[in-house]
Amino acid sequence: MSAIFKEHGGERTTSGKWWMSRIAIYSALLLWTIICLFPIYWTFTTSFKLAPDVMRGNMVPWWDFTPRWKGWESIGLSPRLIGEVSTVREEFLKRFWNSTIISVTASLLAVVLGSLAAYGLSRFSYRFGFMRNSDISFFFLSQMILPPVVLALPFLVLYKSLALLDTRIGLILLYTLMVLPIVIWIMRDQFQGIPIELEEAALVDGLGIWGAFMRIVLPIALPGMVAAFILSLVLCWNEYFFAALLTATNSTTLPVMVASQTGSQGINWWSMAALSAAAILPLIVVAIFLERYIIKGMAAGAVK
Amino acid sequence: MMIEGDLLHTVTADHISDRRKRIGKTLVWGTALFGLALALWQFAFETGRVANGFDSWRPVLYAYMLWATALCASQVIVNGEKGKRTLFVLPAALFVISLVVFPLLFALYISFNDWNLASPNGPQPNGLDNVREMWNDAFYWNALKNMVYYVLAVSVEYIIAFALALLLNSQIRGRKFFRVVFLLPLMLSPVAVSWMIGKSMLEVRFGPISRLLREIGIEPSFFGSPEIARFMIMAMDAWTFIPFMMIMLLAGLQALPSEVIEASKVDGATGWQSFREVIFPLMLPVSVTAIVIRIIFKLKLADIIINVTSGGPGGATDSVTSFIFREYRDRSNVGYGTLLAIVYLILIIIFITMLLKIVSRWMERPA
Repeated sequence: MSAIFKEHGGERTTSGKWWMSRIAIYSALLLWTIICLFPIYWTFTTSFKLAPDVMRGNMVPWWDFTPRWKGWESIGLSPRLIGEVSTVREEFLKRFWNSTIISVTASLLAVVLGSLAAYGLSRFSYRFGFMRNSDISFFFLSQMILPPVVLALPFLVLYKSLALLDTRIGLILLYTLMVLPIVIWIMRDQFQGIPIELEEAALVDGLGIWGAFMRIVLPIALPGMVAAFILSLVLCWNEYFFAALLTATNSTTLPVMVASQTGSQGINWWSMAALSAAAILPLIVVAIFLERYIIKGMAAGAVK
Repeated sequence: MMIEGDLLHTVTADHISDRRKRIGKTLVWGTALFGLALALWQFAFETGRVANGFDSWRPVLYAYMLWATALCASQVIVNGEKGKRTLFVLPAALFVISLVVFPLLFALYISFNDWNLASPNGPQPNGLDNVREMWNDAFYWNALKNMVYYVLAVSVEYIIAFALALLLNSQIRGRKFFRVVFLLPLMLSPVAVSWMIGKSMLEVRFGPISRLLREIGIEPSFFGSPEIARFMIMAMDAWTFIPFMMIMLLAGLQALPSEVIEASKVDGATGWQSFREVIFPLMLPVSVTAIVIRIIFKLKLADIIINVTSGGPGGATDSVTSFIFREYRDRSNVGYGTLLAIVYLILIIIFITMLLKIVSRWMERPA
């Protein structure tokens, strides 16, 4: 378009430059794609390898090794074993189920508590003693700084006396606490973007403040809540530190299971790879299909 | 920034009778006294003064939850419409206070005790012995020093993340595909990453990266020498967390006013000039947010270290969190471990406050 005022000679060099920059951009993109994908590719292919394949360093299925189900058999998830009773599969599914329940419940709880708090803080002014709105917001957000170690040992002792050690509820409470500041951060941003006139109109029409919140604000803020929920879900699913300290047998989550197998398996890579692959698969699916929400959640605080 | 007064005005025509107020107050105090009595009873039972009690403190927890519910309900009963507003924030505040403030106070108490969970004696107050032990604990100071290195590594992560964000923001095909792919590492649990990369890809004999290095003619050893081991931990952590900064920066880039960049092009700025003079200064606030949040996450770094090197070789890769984790795992030394954690918390608070102060002063400077 801008070529109208340009000489012919200049045209060729810019097009050459354009091609150079294209090549540079795409090769950089390609390089980082390989860096991101290779470990995942490696894990999934290794789960189908046998000992000789591992030792020879074969990489490409069907070309330099034949995929076998050996790794997946070790957690009882292969076509041959799927119909049979398998204790290893029971074990795996129990951990999987624990992870699911704990992360979903904790995220839900955090989204409910966090959204209410964020809405209150974005609409009304409070005074609790010396604390005003900005102090209360800071109090909530400052929890993000708190390193988990500080809470871990007191919680160990407290949970022991409350009989909450090795229970799902214990982990759910801690995980909710862990993601709550992030949820409040995202949701505060969301609510600030909703015009107050909407609620004023609802109030004029005779709804209470909770009615206006439930019927008018919530439906509008729903995408933001989904974003906060999914981000929390990812964080809770991957949490290892508290789970390793506070659970032993009943309510162990998947990361703890993966970690406990890491040392003992030696060069038994196929079963470790299968276990890791099964542990990361749900999140890869989440990332592919709900990427929009994850990005929305993370971008919330970045742009004012 | 503070907005005085409610943004959302409500007309409160409540008339709250004295009887209603009294009911509300009775509810709170009644449940509080009940919980307190239950706690005292349980304490007496544990110390052997009363013959029968509960197996655990769980009933006291239930009484506490009852009190919390009563407190929320009484807000509405006593204050009417104003209480309904308080009800938005109160549950979250109660939740955080009861799960953070009480345990922190408790942590402060146990950090001045000699308490080994494996020994039957229970907590033994030992004054400042723990502090003295910490002062002479070379491994703890070493872990703190490592944290400095780890935090400094954020700057490199920032540069890579910014470059990737610029790449994704340029005119490319298949942007959605690249965005999903670049996001993937963030989704994976650090524990899985420590096996996938740390334990198998970097394995000396059969790992693909070792193989590649041997092809080139370098004898691979990733966790033998302190510097390389630390670098490997940094690289793995960077691999998982670069997408996080990248997404924040990308959001910032996409929110930039396109007129400004167009204008700089019209003025004849080259790509590099328009980046240095226009894009980068405009991106400063977003960059600062991303870096600060990343540093906060970095200070919690532990999972990868625990699972890949458990601090080795010779504590060269230890972070404070992984060090305290082993202090508990290997020696069940709760008292000393908690003191270390509390000191770490204080250091973090000082560091982050200073960081925020510096940043806010620096940002106010006229550009």
